[in-house]
Amino acid sequence: MIEFRFEGRPVAAEDGQSIGAALHAAGIRSWRTTRIGGRPRGLFCAIGACFDCLLTVNGTPDQRACQTVARAGDEVTG
Amino acid sequence: MIGAGIVGASCAYALMRAGVRATVVDRGGVASGTTGAGEGNILVSDKEPGPELELALRSGELWRELDEECGGFEWEPKGGLVVAETPEVLDALTAFAENQRRHPGPAGVVASVVPATSLRDFEPHLADGLAGGVHYPQDAQVQPMLAAARLLKASGARLVRTAVERFLVAGDRVAGVRTGQGDLYADAVVNAAGTWAGSFPQAPLPIRPRKGFILVTQPFAVPPVRHKVYTAAYVTNVASDAEGLETSGVIESTRAGTVLIGASRQRVGYDTAIDYRVLAKLARQAVALFPVLADRQVMRAYAGLRPYSPDHLPVIGPDHRLRNLFHACGHEGAGIGLAPATAEMITAQITGGSPRVDPAPFAPGRFA
Amino acid sequence: MSYDLAVVGAGPAGLTAARVAARRGLRVALLDAYATPGGQFLRGTAPPRLTGVDVMLGQRVWAVEKSSDGFRVHASTTTTATTLLVATGAHDKVVPFPGWDLPGVLTAGGAQALVKGERIRPGEEMVVAGTGPFLLPVAVTLLDAGVRVKEVLEANRPSPRMAAALALVPSKAREALGYASRLAAARVPYRTGHAVVAAHGEDSVEGVTVARLTPGWRPYAWRTVDCDTVAVGYGFTPQVDLLLQLGCAVAGDHVVTDDRQRTSVEGVLAAGEVTGVAGAPSAVVEGALAVHSLVGEPPPRLLAEKARLRRFARALDLSYPVRDGWRDWLTPGTVVCRCEEVTLRAIDEARDLGAHDPRTVKLLARPGMGWCQGRMCGHAVAALTGHEPAPQKRPFAQPITLADLTLHDREDNA
Ligand SMILES: Cc1cc2nc3c(=O)[nH]c(=O)nc-3n(C[C@H](O)[C@H](O)[C@H](O)COP(=O)(O)OP(=O)(O)OC[C@H]3O[C@@H](n4cnc5c(N)ncnc54)[C@H](O)[C@@H]3O)c2cc1C
Ligand SMILES: Cc1cc2nc3c(=O)[nH]c(=O)nc-3n(C[C@H](O)[C@H](O)[C@H](O)COP(=O)(O)OP(=O)(O)OC[C@H]3O[C@@H](n4cnc5c(N)ncnc54)[C@H](O)[C@@H]3O)c2cc1C
Ligand code: FES
Repeated sequence: MIEFRFEGRPVAAEDGQSIGAALHAAGIRSWRTTRIGGRPRGLFCAIGACFDCLLTVNGTPDQRACQTVARAGDEVTG
Repeated sequence: MIGAGIVGASCAYALMRAGVRATVVDRGGVASGTTGAGEGNILVSDKEPGPELELALRSGELWRELDEECGGFEWEPKGGLVVAETPEVLDALTAFAENQRRHPGPAGVVASVVPATSLRDFEPHLADGLAGGVHYPQDAQVQPMLAAARLLKASGARLVRTAVERFLVAGDRVAGVRTGQGDLYADAVVNAAGTWAGSFPQAPLPIRPRKGFILVTQPFAVPPVRHKVYTAAYVTNVASDAEGLETSGVIESTRAGTVLIGASRQRVGYDTAIDYRVLAKLARQAVALFPVLADRQVMRAYAGLRPYSPDHLPVIGPDHRLRNLFHACGHEGAGIGLAPATAEMITAQITGGSPRVDPAPFAPGRFA
Repeated sequence: MSYDLAVVGAGPAGLTAARVAARRGLRVALLDAYATPGGQFLRGTAPPRLTGVDVMLGQRVWAVEKSSDGFRVHASTTTTATTLLVATGAHDKVVPFPGWDLPGVLTAGGAQALVKGERIRPGEEMVVAGTGPFLLPVAVTLLDAGVRVKEVLEANRPSPRMAAALALVPSKAREALGYASRLAAARVPYRTGHAVVAAHGEDSVEGVTVARLTPGWRPYAWRTVDCDTVAVGYGFTPQVDLLLQLGCAVAGDHVVTDDRQRTSVEGVLAAGEVTGVAGAPSAVVEGALAVHSLVGEPPPRLLAEKARLRRFARALDLSYPVRDGWRDWLTPGTVVCRCEEVTLRAIDEARDLGAHDPRTVKLLARPGMGWCQGRMCGHAVAALTGHEPAPQKRPFAQPITLADLTLHDREDNA
């Protein structure tokens, strides 16, 4: 198990797990809102095809949460 | 009307306003040609004093009116900013703008020199080290596909989706067109077939494709680019006759939140294949102007074929060989901007009115 | 160094091809976007190393190009090879419905991936809906993970065709029976002719509307079911972006190959879902056959096996089509394009403006212009304009940063 931070709060992840899966499992089902309607978005396809799950990892914007393996100490924001 | 690009749609609209009913024939449908593969800048900034600038100034006014009358195509009078990398280039830009401002006419060019220290008042994310620029408040933008579709719809013209094979000629005049769906007869035929307008065998024109790529970035909630921003090299490239690849940084955002990155010019025939070398050059130029873009992503790229004529002026007016045939084509990289004034001119010529802008320099017969 | 063969995609097809090719003495590179090999079926259970193969993981291939002596494969580095095999698999196909963009609505494959690959429980109480035999293993996987699966809804109705399809591959029939009895034992209803036609909730799914469907999928007799998560899948869409970049011929949603996996472009092979969705066993066979087009002759046994699995896939495809009635599930305000939030109303307006085909609708109303580049809405937009869904050209198979793109501005940039 490792731990990363989402908007400051700790989230646990298994080794090799994606940030998206870890957030989803922790009950965090959405982490950004859409540009136009402000609609919540989280995981949808889970394989990198839909781009719903974008978030910022260690300052790098627009990373696919489902395609980004969580690492200890990652700072993640929506 | 052959062609449902921005030029054909604008002509159909202007003709409708003059009481002339048009049928528009396009093999692909509205905006299926270059209008759907370019950008939507309406520029005076890149044009030297001369007939094209006259047309552009008139078009600028007309676009404003069209937005009021019809609208729904994201017309945005956002202004253009031409930037100079070095003091020498800034001097050249300043002289260019000075010359444009001296241009006589009812609506002259408005331009003001922006010193290096004020560049960020216009564009907060511009790179360091630029020498300054010139701001052109008259430069504007539309969403060209929507503009063509809205104008065509508002014109009430019937759109027939089929290819025009040739003109129907009776003696020295054109009586209509032969299409894939049969013959269409009309009192006048307007050739607004863009890059393909030169290829009708009975009235050929020297119009050729000049390929251009656009890179499209990811959408931004607030795009980091406010105006149309381009480097001085763009102006020289636009006017150049070179065969090979030319690129210059041209960057603007769209209503949809993306940033469009151009511009390349190449003469490689009717080929729209992607060339990653060119896209990479465009990316390099964009990042040089806007370093914030470096870690942002590109989603898409496309290529379009600008219709160019040997003297880089559009071809507008009655054909010199066949009566009742009019040309409205060859606008190269400025067809969106120039479409409304082109339509006004064609309408005057068809209905016997007097054109606002002198049509002589655009006459199709000039290549004969 | 340049390889004899570059394989993009380390799923069953790509893995098999790389293994067989290395055994035949070819210099092979195997690239995959994921950090672990295996693709959608094996999901990281494949061994991370393959003897004689340079396995390059975490490589998102954004473009492939023809060069004078082969191909350049662009990811975070560029790999060159004489022959290219594209085995990039498929992604889920989902039809839009009101609320399908609420968090808690997952694709069926996505739900499967979350359990098998990520070892998480996608939800507590779930409904599985869509069409196709894939819904069964998904439901069973979820059950095994401790999810309370409330219903499994198959939009199509049983047909003699389905039975005939299963008869082609007895192992599949046994597998399906196994899933069915597992569902029955857990008292999970499997209803044919039903679908989830709307999802409800504020910030996340709280329930769904389930409707009975006519054979053409028009809804009638609605009821609501409480659940926190939905898995929906209406089949798969092959990911043929890289093949289209090279100009390979397509038919329908997939790329065309001959019996040895050769595409219409010299030197370009394709195997697995990209040649038409047919599942993992077929992907394995095709991966092996692809290598035989480079060295030696294909064993007749493999050719026969491929033909049989293809027949099976085609029969399934015909048994579980997406029928037009789903359009009746939509309201004018339903989002069709999730990325650009384009509603059915906006699409209708574009059509009213003269957009008669998917491309023009896209130019006028923006469906497919966003981050996913039409991967999620492409088939729906095509259907709504009365067209057969066709693969779209994507010059970037994956988005890349402008900074990374700048590195490719010279011819010699390999
Ligand atoms: C990359 C790029 C960027 C650009 N940026 C700008 C810009 O910012 N501002 C600007 O003003 N301009 C710009 N342009 C130029 C502009 O797009 C063109 O000048 C303009 O679209 C031309 O419009 P058109 O109506 O003449 O041609 P098109 O839009 O090409 O329309 C011609 C139509 O005729 C149809 N047609 C042709 N032959 C036949 C036939 N035989 N039968 C039936 N139909 C036929 C075609 O299908 C087509 O739809 C750009 C161009 C490119 C490539
Ligand atoms: C989400 C999902 C879950 C599925 N789960 C199952 C299941 O549990 N059981 C089952 O029988 N079938 C499942 N399937 C069906 C699956 O398509 C086949 O079983 C089988 O995996 C197909 O094999 P393949 O080799 O063709 O492709 P895949 O197994 O899909 O492998 C393709 C590989 O290519 C890689 N790739 C794609 N594009 C790029 C790129 N541009 N750059 C680099 N790498 C790239 C992917 O990362 C992937 O690893 C699933 C499909 C999906 C979409
Ligand atoms: S959930 Fe679809 S890209 Fe991550």
